[in-house]
Amino acid sequence: MRQSQTNLDFEYRFGFSMPQNYVFKAQKGLSREIVEQISYFKGEPHWMLQFRLKAYDIFLKKTVPTWGADLSKINFADIYYYIKPTKEQVSSWSDLPKEIKETYDRIGVPEAEKKFLAGVSAQYESEVVYESISRELNKQGVIFCDMDTGLRKYPEIVKEYFGTLIPPTDNKFAALNSAVWSGGSFVYVPKGVHVNLPLQAYFRINSERFGQFERTLIIAEEGSYVHYVEGCTAPIYTSESLHAAVVEIFVKKNARVRYTTVQNWSTNVYNLVTKRARADQAAIMEWVDCNIGSRVTMKYPSVYLYGEGARGEVLSIAFAGKNQHQDAGAKMLHFAPNTSSRIISKSISKAGGRTSYRGLVQVFPGAKNSKVYVSCDALILDKASRSDTYPSMRIKENETAIQHEATVEKLGDEKLFYLTSRGIKKPDAESLLVNGFIDPVAREIPLEYSIELNRLINLEMSGSVG
Amino acid sequence: MLTVKNLDVKVGRKEILSDFSFDFQKGKIYAIMGPNGSGKSTLAYALSGHPLYKITKGEIFLKGKNITDETADKRANAGIFLSFQNPLSLGGVRAYQLLQMAMEKKKSALETRELADKFAQELKISSDLLKRSLNEGASGGEKKKMEVLQAAVLNKDLQIFDEVDTGVDVDALKTIANFLHKHKNGKTYIVITHYNRILHYLKPDEVLIMINGKLKKVGNARLAEKIEKEGYAAITDES
Repeated sequence: MRQSQTNLDFEYRFGFSMPQNYVFKAQKGLSREIVEQISYFKGEPHWMLQFRLKAYDIFLKKTVPTWGADLSKINFADIYYYIKPTKEQVSSWSDLPKEIKETYDRIGVPEAEKKFLAGVSAQYESEVVYESISRELNKQGVIFCDMDTGLRKYPEIVKEYFGTLIPPTDNKFAALNSAVWSGGSFVYVPKGVHVNLPLQAYFRINSERFGQFERTLIIAEEGSYVHYVEGCTAPIYTSESLHAAVVEIFVKKNARVRYTTVQNWSTNVYNLVTKRARADQAAIMEWVDCNIGSRVTMKYPSVYLYGEGARGEVLSIAFAGKNQHQDAGAKMLHFAPNTSSRIISKSISKAGGRTSYRGLVQVFPGAKNSKVYVSCDALILDKASRSDTYPSMRIKENETAIQHEATVEKLGDEKLFYLTSRGIKKPDAESLLVNGFIDPVAREIPLEYSIELNRLINLEMSGSVG
Repeated sequence: MLTVKNLDVKVGRKEILSDFSFDFQKGKIYAIMGPNGSGKSTLAYALSGHPLYKITKGEIFLKGKNITDETADKRANAGIFLSFQNPLSLGGVRAYQLLQMAMEKKKSALETRELADKFAQELKISSDLLKRSLNEGASGGEKKKMEVLQAAVLNKDLQIFDEVDTGVDVDALKTIANFLHKHKNGKTYIVITHYNRILHYLKPDEVLIMINGKLKKVGNARLAEKIEKEGYAAITDES
């Protein structure tokens, strides 16, 4: 553990950017014309253009939410809404342009791939340029591609599900994404198929004042299983960046989907993501959500428990350092009997950072014998930092078991003394305690990501004063 | 080994220890006894460098080196170990992890692990305890054994045991005491206790009696026996 701390690649943390060499670069700002242009360049079916334009109108009408983190600094006119990095998509690693490969080398995509990736969908700018799907996945009938390809090759499936769980009317940023979306992943797992290795996608913002609006759609048919992993890193720029993604997941009867995110956007990024899953009868949906980076994150992965016996879970970690506000949480909606949900949230604030847990659990009439478990723990590392909890429960059914626990902890002198009295230096002792605090969630993350998370925490902690 | 000169210690505004002086010699066993609130644990914390226990006067020398202003980790690395009266539970921090980090420069992770496993066996505790979050869900006896195990792995020259015999049953006490006896190897022990029974196994060279934050009396093993029979009144009456 200590070793990884001393071997940290600082460049990785502070970001890097490659010279830009784009085929097409849209102008800044958003207009009806730009939305039309995006759809035109992508060669989309007419219904998608209509969907985008309708969403654009909704985006204009909706106001920026003021109930959460401060979003007043976002200047929508100062953002590029679409950039197409290379002319054609490439199918193998060696065909990738050199500078893009260099960027990926630094994140470590090839190594990761060698190890145990079933398929990589790596996003550079707003379009997926590299994608490889293993023969195994093809054989099983699993579709794993970027959303644009998904729309082109499987328009019927996309049309059936796209925007039905998160309509553009949901919120301003979902509307924005619906109007200008580009990239993201499309995953379809046929009935009874278990995808044994996690599907991973790497994301990257690499252009100043450029927002990324990827759109992900996952459909897991009856009795199937898939684990999707999303990890993000971004170079640091001085001006604001916006990341407004939408993720929709359909978990059919007896199916199970796990969606893991390790988010480490640079601290100028507004990360405003709408994630929602629908769980049918006896289906299981698990969100594992780690937010380390970004200036502001507002994200509340939700599960709509529609089918009897469905189960939803959100395990989350949020880390807020200087000038960061992580406003994260979860939403669980129980519509059917015997449904259960579990929310475990761990947040850490340091050096003036702010974390907020915002959660909603709703049990609708008739959702008898529902079980709800909510546990949110906050760790505050110094006096300048802040943590708030906004748990909301609306229970309209009497036969329900509800459990709610919340703790706020300060990194205690006693625990630090205990560890330092064993000869461990104070910053190392702090890292040990912070990593211990998040351990119940961190252990749910695939190994390579939990190692990365551990490194990030150690690095954040080693910068701590006092 | 350890020389304490005219030590005054405050917690907040309250002075708990006043004018404590003593010379602890290498290889010996010392027992510190005294009623509740007499300053025994305060002395232990002050010697180990607890940041909330402020040394307002006096000096501490470890092997001739002035460590009065050193932080806890530096004192530990200079050769002090403290076995806590109330061992803390550390969520998500495994004993292996703690020991490996503390022993980083001295032993490989594997060696540390093997050593810990060996001592766990000697102390009759499951090595599962080493894999779990430290002390979480552990019994009183297991917690004290984990302290003793850490003492043996870290192997410091001066080891302070603050009420290692409190909250443990007769068998566990015997196991702990025999373990400490077996692994003494020329080290200096300071055993803080209320009871004489641990001292049957660990024969003290000297017994220090503390009352109201002051070192009241120093004697041999018989002093501990006397205290057990007659209580501290015998000593307070004398003065």
